[in-house]
Amino acid sequence: MSLQTSPRPAATTAPATTPTPPTAAPPRPGTGRRRRDPRTLLLDAGGWVTMTAATVVLGAPLLWMVLASLKRPAELYRLPLQWLPEAVDLTSYQNAAQTIPIGQLFLNSVGLTVVGAGLKVILGLCCAYALVFLDVPFRRTVFLVVIAALMIPPQITIIPNYSFVASLGWLNTYQGILVPGLASAFGTFLFRQHFLTLPASVLEAAELDGAGHWRRLWRFVVPMSLPTVAAVGLVAVVNEWNDYLWPFLVVDDPQKMTLPVGLTLLQNIDGMNDWGMLLAATVLVTLPILLVFLVLQRRLVAGLTTGAVTG
Amino acid sequence: MAAVLAQPGPDPRAVPDPAGAAPAVGALGPRSRRRASSRRRRALLWFLVLAGPNVALLALFVYRPLVESFYLSTMQWNLGSPVARFVGLGNYVEWFTSPATSQVLATTAVFTVTTVGGALVLGLGLALLLDRRLPGRGLARTVAFAPYVLSGYAVGILWLFIFDPRYGLMSAVLGWFGAASPQWYTAEPWPLVMIIVVYLWKNLGYVALIYLAGLQSVPQDLRDAASLDGAGPTRTLRSIVLPLLTPTTFFLTVTMMLASLQSFDIIRSMTSGGPLGSTTTLMYQIYQEGFVNGRAGYASAGATVLFLVLLTVTALQLRYVEKKVHYA
Repeated sequence: MSLQTSPRPAATTAPATTPTPPTAAPPRPGTGRRRRDPRTLLLDAGGWVTMTAATVVLGAPLLWMVLASLKRPAELYRLPLQWLPEAVDLTSYQNAAQTIPIGQLFLNSVGLTVVGAGLKVILGLCCAYALVFLDVPFRRTVFLVVIAALMIPPQITIIPNYSFVASLGWLNTYQGILVPGLASAFGTFLFRQHFLTLPASVLEAAELDGAGHWRRLWRFVVPMSLPTVAAVGLVAVVNEWNDYLWPFLVVDDPQKMTLPVGLTLLQNIDGMNDWGMLLAATVLVTLPILLVFLVLQRRLVAGLTTGAVTG
Repeated sequence: MAAVLAQPGPDPRAVPDPAGAAPAVGALGPRSRRRASSRRRRALLWFLVLAGPNVALLALFVYRPLVESFYLSTMQWNLGSPVARFVGLGNYVEWFTSPATSQVLATTAVFTVTTVGGALVLGLGLALLLDRRLPGRGLARTVAFAPYVLSGYAVGILWLFIFDPRYGLMSAVLGWFGAASPQWYTAEPWPLVMIIVVYLWKNLGYVALIYLAGLQSVPQDLRDAASLDGAGPTRTLRSIVLPLLTPTTFFLTVTMMLASLQSFDIIRSMTSGGPLGSTTTLMYQIYQEGFVNGRAGYASAGATVLFLVLLTVTALQLRYVEKKVHYA
């Protein structure tokens, strides 16, 4: 993002005089000397205390969730509250597994996430390649069609999509969960932006070597774009795993549910009588993505802060 | 979603034609004209093969339902019912005159303004802290961002437990300050407050990280110069840093507004829009009317209203981006 808010940046100013922003303070007499050290130190100390406090406050809920899920269920209802469980106890997890088919839900979530994110990346790569490297007359129009789709929130389309998927007989099926969300607008956009920066010489050389489009895409373009592929792929993984509204609408058969939808089932079956069980299931929903985040933090953050907005 | 358009990076129009396409165009001399035309046909074929599936999916599951949603909003139709009756603008008239609507709009406004405003203020504060080279800031960054990648539904359940008026962590924390826990689940306005707090917790790290990126591109010379001129940290922040962060603030305002207006998971898991509709936002109402009450036509009218609101927000952003292009 260009941060030049004034139309005439420093370029016109002599190098010796730093350009004074229009609103900067007029120099006050007697304050010209640098007296930053003690003040900076105090500020840093205050900042550190505040930052640490913020970290504790922001991190406490997740810690509390994990610790509470490992307590004996009765321990959750004992005052005053204790942070640590008396002993690590998996009763809550067993209760959750006996109430809903949690292993099946886990497999469903993993499968749908991997397949969904994979297909999304492939569709985006192919579409972006076509938009950048294939010279056809209506290329610009197609690009606009893709980009304009970003402005259509998926939430608006749920009712017609639901009745369409129902008419296909896809309720309570994996394809019903998967297919309507596959189209890639965000990924295509990012891939296209990246492809435009690739060195033309490499692709020309590939063409002279007789490599067709398919080979050029997978042997040359994709290997030169791995960071972008990783970022888009990880964002898709997070979104697919966490997606709730659509799978919740399409599926009511516990065998076909994803984990977040399973939480609703658990809530409906047991109300809020057994917090331990609900929290154990919540850990199972959040922990895998949390691990992905911790391991691949840099790439994932890069992808998410490039403009993806998760509902 | 359209927030992506405001992102840094080359303006698509400004980018020269991709070089890979250059050899495909003629200019090779007369003898290869036939080869060129067969090439063109091949390119067209490949274009269809590569871009076709994605475009078809967009047409089928994004554009078609958008149009159908407008159409449905003029019908009296229950989800799954074989009969639909044309009612013109009847659904809109009912929506705009219904007493429930004013409550929904008020809730939506309160939720959007507090979540967007709160996330911006707290996120900027956090970003300023993270911008100082303090020990442990890597951990702070990770912890702050983590909630953003988690399932909104799961996060809602976790926080319901924390807000439990008797056995929740929150009541213990309030106890330290001698305060009694409010009835978070049932007594207005606490259910809405609860949802806002959770939403802020989940999105704070994202806002902070975007602000942090903005802060790190504020030239250090400018801050040093201000400090030499005798400006204190507060003054530097107000007169130098904040004005330079304006584009970031604008981007975040739009992005967070779009996200807040569409949020569903947290509301669904924590309150299901209740009690007595006090946490029913426009988005939640669309779900409620369409899928719980089965009034798909009426819900589609609500969806059209929401779409227009979102489009207005996006349009504001696009206008602003254009203005920025003029500056550059």
